[in-house]
Amino acid sequence: MRLELQKRPERSALYALLSPFIAIALTVAFGAVLFAFLGKDPVEALYVYFISPLTSTWSLHELAVKAAPLILIGVGLSVCYLSSNWNIGAEGQLVMGAIVGSTLPIVFPDFQSPVVLPLMMIMGMAGGAAYGAIPAFLKTRFGTNEILTSLMLVYVAQLFVDWLVRGPWRNPEGFNFPESRTFHDYAILPEVLASGRTHYGAVFALVAVVALAILLSRTLKGFEIRIAGQAPRAGRFGGFSASRMTFFAFLLSGALAGLAGISEVSGAVQQLRPVVSPGYGFTAIIVAFLGRLNPIGVLFAGLLLGLSYLGGEEAQIVLGLSDKITRVFQGMLLFFVLACDTLILYRIRLVRTRGAVAVAGE
Amino acid sequence: MKSRIMGLALAAVFASVSGAQAADKLKACFVYVGSKTDGGWTQAHDIGRLEVEQALGDKVETQYVENIPEGADAERAIERFARSGCGIVFTTSFGFMDPTIKIAKKYPDVKFEHATGYKTAENVTSYNSRFYEGRYIIGQIAAKMSKTGVAGYIASFPIPEVVQGINAFLLGAQSVNPDFKLKVVWVNSWFDAGKEADAAKALIDQGVDILTQHTDSTAPMQLAAERGIHAFGQASDMIAAGPNTQLTAIVDTWGAYYIKRIEAVLDGTWQTQSSWDGLKDGILTMAAYTNMPDDVKAMAEATEAKIKSGELHPFAGPITKQDGTEWLKAGEVADDGTLLGMNFYVQGVDDKLPQ
Repeated sequence: MRLELQKRPERSALYALLSPFIAIALTVAFGAVLFAFLGKDPVEALYVYFISPLTSTWSLHELAVKAAPLILIGVGLSVCYLSSNWNIGAEGQLVMGAIVGSTLPIVFPDFQSPVVLPLMMIMGMAGGAAYGAIPAFLKTRFGTNEILTSLMLVYVAQLFVDWLVRGPWRNPEGFNFPESRTFHDYAILPEVLASGRTHYGAVFALVAVVALAILLSRTLKGFEIRIAGQAPRAGRFGGFSASRMTFFAFLLSGALAGLAGISEVSGAVQQLRPVVSPGYGFTAIIVAFLGRLNPIGVLFAGLLLGLSYLGGEEAQIVLGLSDKITRVFQGMLLFFVLACDTLILYRIRLVRTRGAVAVAGE
Repeated sequence: MKSRIMGLALAAVFASVSGAQAADKLKACFVYVGSKTDGGWTQAHDIGRLEVEQALGDKVETQYVENIPEGADAERAIERFARSGCGIVFTTSFGFMDPTIKIAKKYPDVKFEHATGYKTAENVTSYNSRFYEGRYIIGQIAAKMSKTGVAGYIASFPIPEVVQGINAFLLGAQSVNPDFKLKVVWVNSWFDAGKEADAAKALIDQGVDILTQHTDSTAPMQLAAERGIHAFGQASDMIAAGPNTQLTAIVDTWGAYYIKRIEAVLDGTWQTQSSWDGLKDGILTMAAYTNMPDDVKAMAEATEAKIKSGELHPFAGPITKQDGTEWLKAGEVADDGTLLGMNFYVQGVDDKLPQ
């Protein structure tokens, strides 16, 4: 007997819905095995990972802080990927948004007024969008590969912010350490509730999820986005411009990444540092796919990934598990998600072969 | 109001539960920026933590989290400890400074100790080690051992602590050979074996025959061994990576400091301070002087003794800056404030300080 993959005549709607859950179930099962091998009680370990972070107000806030940028960037990237625009450079757009948005409190610290914060947010979005426009322009004008250009621009942005905080934007009172001055009160994104650290970045993320869910499912633009990805030739016959779509996708995802960047800097960190993000722009790619490029799915995927970070820390402290186990665990989750996607396009059949006896004997 | 009372009641219940378990054991918690097996910076802190456990036994329980990125994650990690009943929290990276100060305000009963920064508060101490004292010694050794008269320096980030190290190394070398030169390569990372090895290759190809590093991997040591030149270890004793290569290493020995501070919490004498200990306090030590003639070893030991006794200060005038202007007159000694913000080279460094 052997397993055989047989291509389905069309995508299975059932498995499209079920596969993330099968993946999570498999991750939990294999995670339990992993923990058992490490000599930890699997039930307790899984509890620490997935449940205990949800049991206190404090960690729920922390989850929102961690997941918000992932979701914000992830929904933008979904639009890109649905329309076959492979923006890998959200991290760079995030950094550029953070830089442009931070100009006001760093370069003009004396300009203190309630309009500073909204301006910073708009500038952050503009910065991210403008930076996203570069690979879009290169792709539409010269046919360059946007995967490469957007990725390489990440390093440019990271080195640029590094240079800024070591040089012209260095805090004059900071003993020459590489960081900007801390933001004044008008430049700090406030917390939403008094009970914890969740700032308005989480609200932006929710708004983006709802707006893009409507855009994708209810508008002509949403149809155009999907056509651009699935049947570009048909789209062209229908009068949709491929290059305008490329710009739309990059500007939108760039703006959202930029907003995530300035929200993170202004809400959570409150100054510009050499490293703006611990890789949110890259993790968001995973979040986008984990959420099946659907804004509501991305919301849950972002929360799940955020949870796995928080649970990982909790596991380090409570169980004494190494940080590397967290990574292995996340890796397993992704592996199973991708593997289970096979079920959408293929069915698994058990095939009885003639050499069954011989095979069994081996 | 009602919910607040409920919350208080709940908190009291939890506190009594955890209190019953921990008796009057003090929880000492450590936040690490890297992996505790990095072979360098974080490992040195973790060795310190283990020494605490060994020395204080039942009186203390330690916990740690590793690989915490600087930024919003750091704040969460620190607060997680603060709210989970840690009596003292050590945050062991410069970038944890502002998050530490922020969380300390919210938890006035928890003591915090932040490494290599400059901000303090009622319940926050900053602590650091005078790494530059070790740099001066290895600079002298380098000048004795080098044939080309040029050493290579693999540097991480142009922050004052690293610039201090470069200057102290060169001043030490110049005290033996006034014409000694120093080439610097910045790798913009604390730990990147690939980049560090590339830097080492580039430096050796430019004619340096002694390598030193202010980065944490053992790659430069291995490369020096391969090319048959000498090198110095950093943060941890790297003799295993270059048994015939390492001359000595500047070893961070935080354990003594950690034990001292935790004992202070235990007997109630802990107070905020800015601590900047050196060789004499045992917060850094020199690994065995190996692979060098006896007279060089004797010189290094003599210098080490002089620094410990205070007879010799690495930054004592006359010292000229790289641009030729006078920094310290004969008889003057640099004050700590200037050292903590050091952003200039002394004369003889063959590099332009990234600004």
